Amino acid sequence: MKVRIGMALAVVAVLVLGAIALTGCGGASSGTTSGSTGATSGQESGTINISGSDTMVNMAQAWAEAYATVNSNAAITVKGGGSGNGIAALLNKTVDFADSSREIKPEEITQGKANAVNPVTTEVARDGVVVIVNSGNALAGITKDQLGKVYRGEITNWKDLGGASAPIVLLGRDSSSGTYAFIQDVVIGKGLNYAKSMRSLQSNQAIVDEVAKNPNGIGYVGLGYESKSIKPLPVGGVTASVSTVLDGTYPLSRGLNMISNGDPTGLAAAYLQWILGPDGQKIVKDQGFVPLSK
Amino acid sequence: MTDRVMTRNRVRRARAVEAIAKFVMGACLLFAAGMTVAIIGIIIYRGAPSISWAFLSQMPKHQMTAGGIWPAIWGTLMLTLGTALFAVPVGIGAGIYLSEYARRGAGTRLVRLSIANMAGVPSIVYGLFGFSLFVVALKFGTSLISGALTLACLTLPVIIGATEEALRQVPQDLRQASLALGATKLRTTLRVVLPAAAPGIVTGSILGLSRAAGETAPIIFTAVAFFAPLPKTPLDPVMALPYHLYIMATQAVKPAPTVVWGTAFVLVAGVTTAGVLAAAWRSRQRSRIRW
Amino acid sequence: MTQPSPKTARRGRPGFSRAADGVVKRLIAACGWLAIIILGAIFVFLLVNSVRAMREIGLAKMISGTDWFPTSEPARFGFLPSEVGSLWVTGVSLLLAVPIGIAASVYLSEFAKGRFKEIAKSIVEFMAAVPSVVLGLLGVAYVAPVIQQTFHVESGLTALTAGIVVGIMSMPTIISISEDALHSVPSALRQGSLALGNTSWQTTYKVTIPAASSGIFAAVMLGLGRAIGETMVVLMLAGNAGIIPSSPLEAARTMTGTIAQEMGEVVRGGTHFSVLFAMGLVLFAITFAINLAADVVLERQRKMWRR
Repeated sequence: MKVRIGMALAVVAVLVLGAIALTGCGGASSGTTSGSTGATSGQESGTINISGSDTMVNMAQAWAEAYATVNSNAAITVKGGGSGNGIAALLNKTVDFADSSREIKPEEITQGKANAVNPVTTEVARDGVVVIVNSGNALAGITKDQLGKVYRGEITNWKDLGGASAPIVLLGRDSSSGTYAFIQDVVIGKGLNYAKSMRSLQSNQAIVDEVAKNPNGIGYVGLGYESKSIKPLPVGGVTASVSTVLDGTYPLSRGLNMISNGDPTGLAAAYLQWILGPDGQKIVKDQGFVPLSK
Repeated sequence: MTDRVMTRNRVRRARAVEAIAKFVMGACLLFAAGMTVAIIGIIIYRGAPSISWAFLSQMPKHQMTAGGIWPAIWGTLMLTLGTALFAVPVGIGAGIYLSEYARRGAGTRLVRLSIANMAGVPSIVYGLFGFSLFVVALKFGTSLISGALTLACLTLPVIIGATEEALRQVPQDLRQASLALGATKLRTTLRVVLPAAAPGIVTGSILGLSRAAGETAPIIFTAVAFFAPLPKTPLDPVMALPYHLYIMATQAVKPAPTVVWGTAFVLVAGVTTAGVLAAAWRSRQRSRIRW
Repeated sequence: MTQPSPKTARRGRPGFSRAADGVVKRLIAACGWLAIIILGAIFVFLLVNSVRAMREIGLAKMISGTDWFPTSEPARFGFLPSEVGSLWVTGVSLLLAVPIGIAASVYLSEFAKGRFKEIAKSIVEFMAAVPSVVLGLLGVAYVAPVIQQTFHVESGLTALTAGIVVGIMSMPTIISISEDALHSVPSALRQGSLALGNTSWQTTYKVTIPAASSGIFAAVMLGLGRAIGETMVVLMLAGNAGIIPSSPLEAARTMTGTIAQEMGEVVRGGTHFSVLFAMGLVLFAITFAINLAADVVLERQRKMWRR
């Protein structure tokens, strides 16, 4: 069976044409496959790329899914990876918004200036970082000071916290996580480091799963990741909840932000407004986080 | 003891040793093969129940806990197509050039050896390269085209290697006969040698492309998003099956296990079907060709 | 006979066809050069982007540094935790894959026959087609819990877990290349040995395996290169702690895993960005050298036994 060069070239040509055609087709049908009902014309169209905080990623996806029913001309893409990744992407000019569960750092602002990026932060929700342990753990609570010692590696056994003697299995995120940076700032202390024995897990959910399985585990996750499989520890006597975060009594409260390059315009501005509006904030509540107090 | 008895004992012992050795080695082979069977079996067992037309053709709903994986399938198809568009022509051309035209010397040999060894460089290094060149420097951003170009660089050495190997297998007699009949070298190469090497080239390319389709590391920072609608232009990010699987296995909030295993099933089924078909076609072609 | 002489026939060929030939030839050469340029560019890119890190921190200090804290106030960029982690994972994987792989390849080559041999070979090579992320998923679902329960460790995400799965992944490479090496030993050698009174097994371990030894060695090296370069499995299974692990039952981070995890958080032009490229350069150098050595050995063996 001789493969003729001409036939081979014809096949390649067909593939090329097919690719061009299909990409166009894919674009045309994407509006209908997202199940949109109230498709309104005259709305802004375009693509918004968002990446960053893993704490916020599910909420970001929920926002994107819901917004598609409001404006079917908009394509919102969402990616996790950690607040650090999102901010880096923003500074590399590859995304429109960076989701961040921490404040932007001065070095990042400087790097942004070097790349002609002017970061503007908008708080879109609030969150409390919850300290979680296995549901079988008898510990009733922990102080911020003790938490710092645990995460710096100075306390390594549960008996030093008043429990039975067992080694503490320290779980946390990796350095791209905003939650990692927030805990480092607020609990461990500026300039000091996490214990080297801490296991870096990829995500909030991974920490929940591991703590649920491991009787000696301790970890930190966003408020929206609480679940029946693990037990939250009150910090300094205050339990994390929507009300204690709103009134500021929970010591590990923080803002969840979307950072853009300059003030957002066009579709990005419309999207941000929608998130700050009642529909967006309802999703915040549904996700288990804390909506902005009106 | 007589010589005969001693020899008989030695032979008996040697035979016993042989039996044991065969048993141990056979067990090792069984382990290796058994692992493969187990892997495929588990994926089919846990993934097949999720497969339905709805699963394959719908968008994900409720944060990956329901709905389908259509955009990931589409994204992987587009990425692979893009990779093929860039890597196959350049790869085959380069393979022909290096095998038939380049001067035979130490320099050429070094180049060919280097290219073959690029195939062994970890895929994350290609990802690093693609990220800094296509995403940031050329400002394509996280997009279909960045990912396709990165995967194309990854696949290029594989296709070049397959082309060279296939061309090498074509006997010199064929080339010389064609030249003796008056054809130019170019005609010989394109009309005689290349068609004879075509099965090997096509199979190698398909195997290389199916490997590219299953790669995760190079596309994490060059092409994919966790959630994205279908790409409208090559500059849009895409979803892709391997990345989708990675995220759901490590990060997403409690995705339904059916979605996770279903995605694994689709990915493995797609990648291995292509490879198996290609390999089967190649052995059929090989048995037909008689030099 | 009015056939034109070759001279006149050639003169009669249309010039367009000859011009087209020239264009095609130049296209083919262009492809060749393009491929060389692209693959060379990868190395150059790695080098150029690492320069900043090498100047600010120094290659030796990075390779031997014991702390990896890229986001701390005085950022520390020591590769040692990642290097040792890579070594542990690779070591475990080779410990698993090399004996089993070589034994399996010997059986395939010397004792298996006909259809059974073909089927077994196909099944083993099939595994090479399975994407690594799928193997990572299987590891998370099945291997990690087993490790956790068997060894009573706190978590199943350890260097051992990752090493086992990477070992299973490397087996097809080792098996098929070893089998090739054994296959290329001329049967005359085997027959000679049998004629002198050896059993099949004695022939194998006294004659065939030593004859193919360089090829088998190359197979192991290629398996090693594959194991060091594996990214997804280690990302999902190795645990990624910052310590220098002293046993395979601890969580480890590997060079590939570190690059994959942190690539997203680097801003172009920064020090962290450059350090990751330096790590990539080290990885590139190691795997390239291993593959090159293996290739040279294989080429030499092929020449040795060519009829």
